[in-house]
Formats: sequence, structure tokens, C-alpha cells
Amino acid sequence: MKVILRNQAREVDVRGRRRVREVLAELGVLPETVLVIRGHELLTADEVVADEDVLELRPVISGGGP
Amino acid sequence: MKCRKCGGRAVLELRRHNTAFCGPDYLAFFRHHVLETIRRWRMLRHDEPVLVAVSGGKDSLALWDVLHDAGYRTTGLYIDLGILEYSRASRARCEQFAAARGLSLRVVRVADETGASIPGVKEATRRPACSACGLSKRYILNRAALEGGFPVVATGHNLDDEAATLLGSTLRWEESALARQAPVLEATHPKLARRVKPLFRTSERETAAYAFLRGIDYIVEECPFARGATSLTHKELLNRLEDASPGSKAMFVQGFLDRGRPLFQGREAVALVECVRCGQATTGEVCAFCKLRDQVTRARPVGGEGPAAAEPDEPPAARGLISDLRAASEIHAP
Repeated sequence: MKVILRNQAREVDVRGRRRVREVLAELGVLPETVLVIRGHELLTADEVVADEDVLELRPVISGGGP
Repeated sequence: MKCRKCGGRAVLELRRHNTAFCGPDYLAFFRHHVLETIRRWRMLRHDEPVLVAVSGGKDSLALWDVLHDAGYRTTGLYIDLGILEYSRASRARCEQFAAARGLSLRVVRVADETGASIPGVKEATRRPACSACGLSKRYILNRAALEGGFPVVATGHNLDDEAATLLGSTLRWEESALARQAPVLEATHPKLARRVKPLFRTSERETAAYAFLRGIDYIVEECPFARGATSLTHKELLNRLEDASPGSKAMFVQGFLDRGRPLFQGREAVALVECVRCGQATTGEVCAFCKLRDQVTRARPVGGEGPAAAEPDEPPAARGLISDLRAASEIHAP
């Protein structure tokens, strides 16, 4: 599947069916720091995703200033 | 994973609450959580107008959405920082949001107030962009509230913001900062508007999910000046803690408010007076914002308009300036 890491402006290819939490773990992404989006829907960590899916990992952390 | 309310397919798991929701039930949960925070902390009244500080990001637009839907009399304030494409895109998001709901949005440009955009102020003062930006936003927001007849301003500070600020203040044991950190900052001077943070109990991920599920078109890209900011390091550390022990951020902030802050209150007691230049509340003769503006003015080349006064989107080339950053970093307002 194609995984778009929006905050790093890069895409990675992950092969094989697996749960979202496993995808995040493989990519070293903390679940608390992203929304996992497939199309127009949010996915929970236990959802199974497959090769044909396109996932967006949208960062939720913002800031810098007070 | 099933929705706790309806048993349908869940779209968001909230580990700290040990629960999960489908889209509609999450939106209802989020609204209730925010409105309950407002009620419990007596943040807002339906009969008083509230100025909502909006940046185009998920938090402030989610907040404005909830307040508007709940019937509060809201007006948005967008502070245009003049940070190139980032500011253009974020302002467009705010304008689209307001137009779609028939809401009033006011815009103030930092460049009109200081003589330079934030990149220009950074160059002119050698002050970190986030510091100059924070000072400018606090000042402009408060003044806009006073001039517009708004007794209260609402900001989109979320749980992660509050936890990161608290961690930073604790690491440095900044007693006055610890005394001031609160979800409601009362107007302790006639020239100060009350400030409230209705999202202080909701995490960034929760506000992002709300904005996404509501179809709010917010700016996802981060401010270019935020890269490498210490607050982001603190947030990352806190999220690691949260991952290992869900609920840690909320416990840290709520525990501080319940049992920590009272120990520091009173230590920040400073006499507030009116700035002799602009009349806004300050602790000294001249407020930090007027000093900042002076620094920018001094950065202009002699005999010309100078880069600092030029088009706000063009970072000035003023260099080699010696700035009194300590003076400019004085507390402007609680």
C-alpha cells in the first residue's frame, strides 16, 4: 500500500495486509501524533489495510510559539 | 473496533478515555466535552460577544465551529503574520470558514502594527520568530478585543499546548509562568480582556479528528518558523509518555491546576500600569510591544523607508543590529 507521510512530504510503500497499528509501528510513528486517513474516512489502529489502499498519515502536532 | 454509543464501526479510538466512537457520536462527544469545559470553568456567557482568535489551523477553526454552533456571539480575528505562502494559505482558510457560515472575520496585519512582518521582525530584532510572534499576537489580540468591545477572547490552545508549556515552565522552574498558566485568565486590569482556552482538555489529535470529520478545510502544513522549536520537542516527549501511559498529559495539566498552581499563585503579583506610549497594560513604563516596534523602526536604513517598512511579505535585509532582547521579552500581559 502507499503511505503518504504528510509531515515529512514523502511516500513509502508497505507490502502485505496488516493492521494500522503495525503500519505505524513499522514507520516509527506514534499513534497519538497522526490521523490515519483512507479516502474520506478515519481508521482506528485495529483496522486491516491491504496493498491496494492509500493511507495518509496526517500530523496533528502544531506549534512553536506561545 | 466498535462505537461505544451505537455499536457501529468506530473511526476514532480515545485510549485515555478507554473508548471509541463512530463519526457522528464522536462529534457529539467532542462538542459536549468542550461545552462542559466552558460551563465548568465559567469561561463564556451567551449574552456577551466573544472574539475568537483564528489561525486557519485545526484547533482555532474547530473551536470557532463549536462556539458558533452552540449559539455564542462570535467574531473571528485573524492576525496576518506576513509569513509568505503560509500566511496567505492560512488566511484563506479563515476567510472561507467565515464566509461559509456568514460569520464576521476581522484581520489585523502585524506589518501594519510593527512596521514589518514576522520574518522582518525576526531579522530586525534578532529575536526568535516564535517569541516575536507570540508577543505580537497577545498584544494585537488584546487590543482588538478592547477596541471592538469584546470582554473576552477565546483561543484554540489545546491539551498538548498546555502540557508542553507546563513542562517547559517546570523544567526551568519559572514560578511566574507557572502562576499564570490557567484555562481562564481574568481581566486583572481595565486594559485587559479576559482570555479563555475552551480546548485545554482536548488533545491535538482530538481537535484534528473533529475538524476532519466536520469537513473543515484547515491548514495542515506547519509554520515554517516552528521547525526545531523547543515546544515541539516537549510535545514529542509527552506523546511518548502518552503512548506508554494514556491519560498522562491530562493528568499532568489537571493535576497542576488542582494542586500545583495554587502553590505558585501570588508570586506573579506585579502592578500593571498603562504603557506611556500605547496605553495598553504593562509592567513597565513602555510595554514590550512598543519596544519591539522601536527595534524594528531603528532597523530601517537612515533616510529611507527601509526593508522593515516594505512589503510585509518581503523579509527585510536589516542586519548587524544589536537588540535589547531582554527588554523586549518583558511580560506584556498575564
